Amino acid sequence: MNLKFDQEILWLGGGVFTLLLVATVIGQWLRYRVKSDSGQKTIQNLNARTKAWWFMVAVFALAMVAGRGGTVILFGLISFLALREFITLTPTRLGDHRTLFWVFFVITPLQYVLLWYDWYELFIILIPVYAFLFVPLRSAVAGDCEKFLERTAKIQWGLMVCVYCVSHAPALLFLNIPGYEGENGKLLFYFICIVQISDVLQYVWGKTLGRHKIAPTVSPNKTWEGFIGGIATAVAIGAGLWWATPFTPLQSAGMSLAITLMGYAGGLVMSAIKRDRGVKDYGTLIEGHGGVMDRIDSICFAAPVFFHLTRYYFT
Amino acid sequence: MMKGFMVFLAKLISGASARWVGSVPERRQRIYFANHTSNLDALVLWAVLPAEIRALTRPVAARDYWSTGIRRYIANKIFHAILIERKKPTARDNPIEQILTAMGNDKSIIIFPEGGRQTGDAPTEFKSGLYHLAQKCPDAELIPVLMDNLNRILPKGEVLPVPLIGHVTFGPPMKLLPDESKQAFLERARAEVMRLHDL
Repeated sequence: MNLKFDQEILWLGGGVFTLLLVATVIGQWLRYRVKSDSGQKTIQNLNARTKAWWFMVAVFALAMVAGRGGTVILFGLISFLALREFITLTPTRLGDHRTLFWVFFVITPLQYVLLWYDWYELFIILIPVYAFLFVPLRSAVAGDCEKFLERTAKIQWGLMVCVYCVSHAPALLFLNIPGYEGENGKLLFYFICIVQISDVLQYVWGKTLGRHKIAPTVSPNKTWEGFIGGIATAVAIGAGLWWATPFTPLQSAGMSLAITLMGYAGGLVMSAIKRDRGVKDYGTLIEGHGGVMDRIDSICFAAPVFFHLTRYYFT
Repeated sequence: MMKGFMVFLAKLISGASARWVGSVPERRQRIYFANHTSNLDALVLWAVLPAEIRALTRPVAARDYWSTGIRRYIANKIFHAILIERKKPTARDNPIEQILTAMGNDKSIIIFPEGGRQTGDAPTEFKSGLYHLAQKCPDAELIPVLMDNLNRILPKGEVLPVPLIGHVTFGPPMKLLPDESKQAFLERARAEVMRLHDL
């Protein structure tokens, strides 16, 4: 099935392009205007993020042009790289070596192959059931029992978040929504946009108005002002994009709310994990790797929920 | 071209990049000494060096392991390794003399003073080769190097790699102090490598 190329895609694409262009211009202008050290740091941060954005948009656009197959491959790679970062950070022992080989080179690709062939029933249980049972078995057979439960739990968790959850994003392309055939590309686009815009808006609101911290031990930068402001504006934008989706404006607002809340949850949980491991950013610890996990932490939690809401109510 | 491919492969499998803390890549004679935990160590350390430094750097490897079949090809043609006799050195077949000759006055070397791949978490006692080399090559800078995670990517005894992300950290240079005993020097060198964990 080829993703239909219609007017609405052009509007969505054009919108994102314009947004990024504006952000780049403002970022450059601010670089010359802001004098203070902390201000400069914030600007640098924003500009680095904008650059990362251009890259992501380009990659995403290429994948969409390549159709469902290209997008599945792209997300497969993203899962692989994210899992790589995650497992690097969580200690495993020699007894897990062969298990991890299975995890990286068999289970992860298999999940995406199942998606490619649209074998939904197996796609949905491969990791929560079969991988869940296989991973501890393989490690038990290897014989090392020290911290056994801890090690197996960490690998499971990595598989669930980095592979299972992420794979629900491209899975949107395979939903059969009556009246929306061939247009699922826009739905995926919509989803990614809302998740990421919500992140950015929470940051911006937090920086400008933030006062009351939500979870200072986990993430000192998250404030109530940022949370409410960011979510509210993101939901408004989501509602405004209803025409690209199979939803009515009200339904679109509801979906956006679900997406943004889950996105926030994902960010919070991954921050807690980072704190536990003593890491500030997956990216800075692992140099030259870009910190894939940092980019997708919101998508991880939001994807399965959005997928199932859409599937339950609209197919 | 094979060299380029090996470098690419090494960086791909290990995901490793070099981090220089307290020193920078320089075209001077150096002795890079690192902990040894995996078959990938020499390959990855060699691969993450900048190209012009890599051309002047030779890894020191055990002749008994690297002189058969494909390993011999890799050791000689790709790494330009210095193969030494490590089990039964004699006056004729003295590894230190061999290394010094190969170093000349411009080549750098990579050595693993623990002797063989270790399985513990911390590096074990360093063998005395590093001390003798430091004595005989007073102008060479001694750079401690920490290889991290490579033993998780390809542990001793395994053939299939797991694609985790390794690190190579190059530390600040050290020198043999006048009147420093062999024991004290080797212990200090080992501590320098371990210290890189926290930097």
